[in-house]
Amino acid sequence: MSNAVELRSLSKSFEKVKALDDVSFDVAEGELFGLVGPDGAGKTTLFRILTTLLVPDKGSATVCGLDVVKDLWAIRSRVGYMPGGFALYPDLSVAENLEFFAAVFGTTVEKGYELIAPIYRQIEPFKDRRAEALSGGMKQKLALSCALVHRPDILLLDEPTTGVDAVSRREFWDQLGNLKASGLTIVVSTPYMDEALRCDRVALIHSGKILEIDPPGAVGRRYPLPLLSVTGGERFELLRALREFPEAHAVYLFGDELHYTDKRAEVSAQAIAAEVQEYLAQRGHTDAQVAPISAGIEDSFMELMGGAPPPTAAAA
Amino acid sequence: MTAAAQINGFAIDAQNLTRRFGSFIAVDHITFDVKTGEVFGFLGANGAGKTTAIKMLVGLLAPSEGVAHVAGFDVHSQREQIRRNIGYMSQRFSLYADLTVRENIRLYGGIYGLPPAHIEERTKLMLDTLGLATNADDLVGKLPLGWKQKLAFSVALLHEPKIVFLDEPTGGVDPITRRQFWELIYAAAARGTTVFVTTHYMDEAEYCDRISIMVDGKIAALGTPTELKERFGADSVDDVFVRLARGAKKGEAA
Repeated sequence: MSNAVELRSLSKSFEKVKALDDVSFDVAEGELFGLVGPDGAGKTTLFRILTTLLVPDKGSATVCGLDVVKDLWAIRSRVGYMPGGFALYPDLSVAENLEFFAAVFGTTVEKGYELIAPIYRQIEPFKDRRAEALSGGMKQKLALSCALVHRPDILLLDEPTTGVDAVSRREFWDQLGNLKASGLTIVVSTPYMDEALRCDRVALIHSGKILEIDPPGAVGRRYPLPLLSVTGGERFELLRALREFPEAHAVYLFGDELHYTDKRAEVSAQAIAAEVQEYLAQRGHTDAQVAPISAGIEDSFMELMGGAPPPTAAAA
Repeated sequence: MTAAAQINGFAIDAQNLTRRFGSFIAVDHITFDVKTGEVFGFLGANGAGKTTAIKMLVGLLAPSEGVAHVAGFDVHSQREQIRRNIGYMSQRFSLYADLTVRENIRLYGGIYGLPPAHIEERTKLMLDTLGLATNADDLVGKLPLGWKQKLAFSVALLHEPKIVFLDEPTGGVDPITRRQFWELIYAAAARGTTVFVTTHYMDEAEYCDRISIMVDGKIAALGTPTELKERFGADSVDDVFVRLARGAKKGEAA
């Protein structure tokens, strides 16, 4: 299998900010590849280079075997790009937006209809509505249809689910699964760690650097320290108590749990759990439950970002 | 009622609160209360009516029907008092990008009518707490997103409001910064401030004392995260949310 995307030591700076810092990875043809990281991580800069809208300072990048600097015109017709914020024409109707994108690529809505039909049919009843009057979920579906209408070989989606509710997000990922099944290569960025689970592989990106690239199920396996889940009792109090435990490496809120990481890689998680349980009991948290767990993507991301948080937030 | 609401320990008390736009019912007879000092998560799909409900509660939009008291004041007749007694932070930030951190704090202190000496004192405390002391004279527009969010939250608390409304306060930031933000929320709640928060991050819903989930203009479920998970036999609030919000059609057609 050849690679749909190849990046080699890619760097790009804006004034003093290193938006991308020596980024290298490949995306295989037909892969659903996730780029997971917060705002400012470098995700959008990477997409802009892949879509030939920005020229890298250093390194090289190819898309569908074409060089992003030399072959920009050839790349543009091969790529379907959905920028952050959807970038639709607000005063054109749903149908007009779609026709416009088809025309720009020298094709027609009819020729692309089969590919976009499963998505576009859901908004077709509103085809005369101006794009600005659509809900977030509908804008997202229209933007995806516009990115697909010229039948690209690779789909680049920059934060397609940001600001969209949990139900629409799930449906969107179901659609990406269908598109992948049709053979399309997809690179998608998201700030939502849970969405990474739907990808074949994910790259964790922060401050312009790739922290790790793995299948989502493998990301947590590299977590270097014992990790415990702590539940029960008053959460904020429990958090403070755990932070004061001398062997604590990092303590975070985590849904309805707290996640506690211990400094001691050599001690078994089971033994540490017993120790932490006893420490909490001494501090009056007798109903706290402590259990070893395996790390997830978000645990790994936080650890790779640099572990323990600065004292500013907890001190308030 | 004003006194009663405060004595009863309710920061918000809404009964049959309704808002129509023509024939469209954006908010449809919602009834709920929020206790003083509570962290209350106000969830719903896009288009479910959350924003309309919040606009009524903060005094920006008159209800079509129903009653509500916020910080003890009537949303029909005491909107000015409500605005003076609440803090509000939207996802778009209320800060001025081309003013410095210090200037923003001074500006909002002035708007809230705080005496200059008090503003000075609060500024110092805030900068120290947020670790922004060395950035006091930086333009807010140049700060990282997470810092802006924490600063916007602190500025929303500058006049020590009884309730603070946070509309998707943590969108887009890294997982550590999101958690730091929630620790600021807990710290404010521990000081007695009531926190009313919306979010699309379902793990954050678990951090709330109680949550409500709006579907098609109505409150479809309300309770502690644990209660809701038990009631729906779900593993997470995410599951509860998806079960309730899936099949809601009004928002998409709107």
